[in-house]
Amino acid sequence: MRRLTWGNAYLLIVFIILYTPIVYLLVYSFNSGGTMHHFQGFTLEWYKEVFQDTRLLMIVLNTLIVALLSALISTVLGVIGALAIYYVKSRQVKNTLLTFNNVLIVSPDVIIGASFLILFTLAGIKLGFVSVLLSHIAFSVPIVVLMVLPKLQEMSPTWIDAARDLGANEWHILTKVILPFITPGIFAGFFMALTYSLDDFAVTFFVTGNGFSTLSVEIYSRARQGISLSINALSTLLFLLTIFLVAGYYWISQKGSRLYGMWKK
Amino acid sequence: MNSVRNVYLFPYVVWIVLCVVAPIALIVYDSFFDIEGHWTLENYEKFFTPVYLKMTLSSFWYAFLITLFSLLIAYPTAYLLTKTKHKQLWLLMIILPTWVNLLLKVYAFLGIFGTFGLANAVLNAIGVGTKQLLFTDFSFVFVSVYIFIPFMVLPIFNALEELNPSLVDAARDLGASAWTTFRRVVFPLTLDGVKAGCQAVFIPALSLFMITRLIAGNRVITLGTAIEEHFLVTQDWGMGATIAVFLIMIMAFVVVLTGNRR
Repeated sequence: MRRLTWGNAYLLIVFIILYTPIVYLLVYSFNSGGTMHHFQGFTLEWYKEVFQDTRLLMIVLNTLIVALLSALISTVLGVIGALAIYYVKSRQVKNTLLTFNNVLIVSPDVIIGASFLILFTLAGIKLGFVSVLLSHIAFSVPIVVLMVLPKLQEMSPTWIDAARDLGANEWHILTKVILPFITPGIFAGFFMALTYSLDDFAVTFFVTGNGFSTLSVEIYSRARQGISLSINALSTLLFLLTIFLVAGYYWISQKGSRLYGMWKK
Repeated sequence: MNSVRNVYLFPYVVWIVLCVVAPIALIVYDSFFDIEGHWTLENYEKFFTPVYLKMTLSSFWYAFLITLFSLLIAYPTAYLLTKTKHKQLWLLMIILPTWVNLLLKVYAFLGIFGTFGLANAVLNAIGVGTKQLLFTDFSFVFVSVYIFIPFMVLPIFNALEELNPSLVDAARDLGASAWTTFRRVVFPLTLDGVKAGCQAVFIPALSLFMITRLIAGNRVITLGTAIEEHFLVTQDWGMGATIAVFLIMIMAFVVVLTGNRR
């Protein structure tokens, strides 16, 4: 029993350390003192500042557009990729494709960023919205593939045979058999791609050029200039959005597993 | 059947060629050019001078320290988590901070480690007195470990969950002490999780440049910081690409070393 209490104390300390910075940010976003020490009084001034900063709001909008578009496109590409790997018969080809797929997942962001900077410069793509969008699509595709592929492998191949025997063509097999079954995986992939895109800083920082900025890049350049409590206010708002997204993600995955359970019976 | 397979395979292979193969090939290609665009091996010669070798070594040293401390903190955490009642909920609580933008967490430490921040308030309270914490090696390692702990906990937690508890009981029944059981049974069986965690921490620790920039000032230079500097500040893409080539090689080495799972 005594050991267990020590264990709980240890866990408590880990949790306190994990959450201190986040709570610290949130609490000081209400500080009228303007610094991240000595809490002087409660104010919503910093939130007002965030909502009056049209440049910042444009950047938030840009970030959301890039995230949604890249998540959508990479989900389509990722599903195609997962299907491609699924349909390949040879084990060797399968493993080669998976290895290539995983390169971008283990690659450090600086490598991805630097190599895409070279690629875009060479291809003559102007640095800005398009280059950021393309790079986000590129690094989200393998994540979607990894989320969708296990679902495909769970599916019994006899279903496809049955559908074909009953006269379904390839398009019907895809839309009536495969896609409904792997929907939870597709949603999980979409959400992962969305969060990766929203969270990305390093890759964007390399390919963003002048003029176009996402939230992470903006936070970085503001943080380099020192402390400004409007960043704190912004982080509180983002934290709420994150909780919302996590809740959505879990709701969908819960729903997915329940649907899957129904199918299994 | 064959025609269907090709329909999916073609766009995917195009993606692989454009987004995986081409960028890496271009990095290697660029590493053979100097700043004026002449073909040269100079970048590689330069990499083997003491300045760059020292930087590589110190980058390794920091990444090693960060991985080590993350492991030392994360393993007991993961172990204790598997013993709690609502372990999935607690695990979610460990993962939740990773969904907060990394830069915001790093930014929070600018406040906490500041001269009048929380850390110094605590140090004052226990009688140590005010210390310069920001822009030191300590703060860099601390913040990095803070960032990476969840990535270390998750694979170890999964490995511990897969561990068959009757093996632990058997070891205890056969007279092994708690420590021996851990050393000879639990740890070897969760080694894959540890390896996966080390891989997830070590490679980013070599290359994250925003933590060093914001927290350590210019005191700590990692491979990532050097690449960023060459590409975006001094515009010497050739040298940056050369460092990137070495980072890719190190990455491949680490992946092979910590790989062979399944």
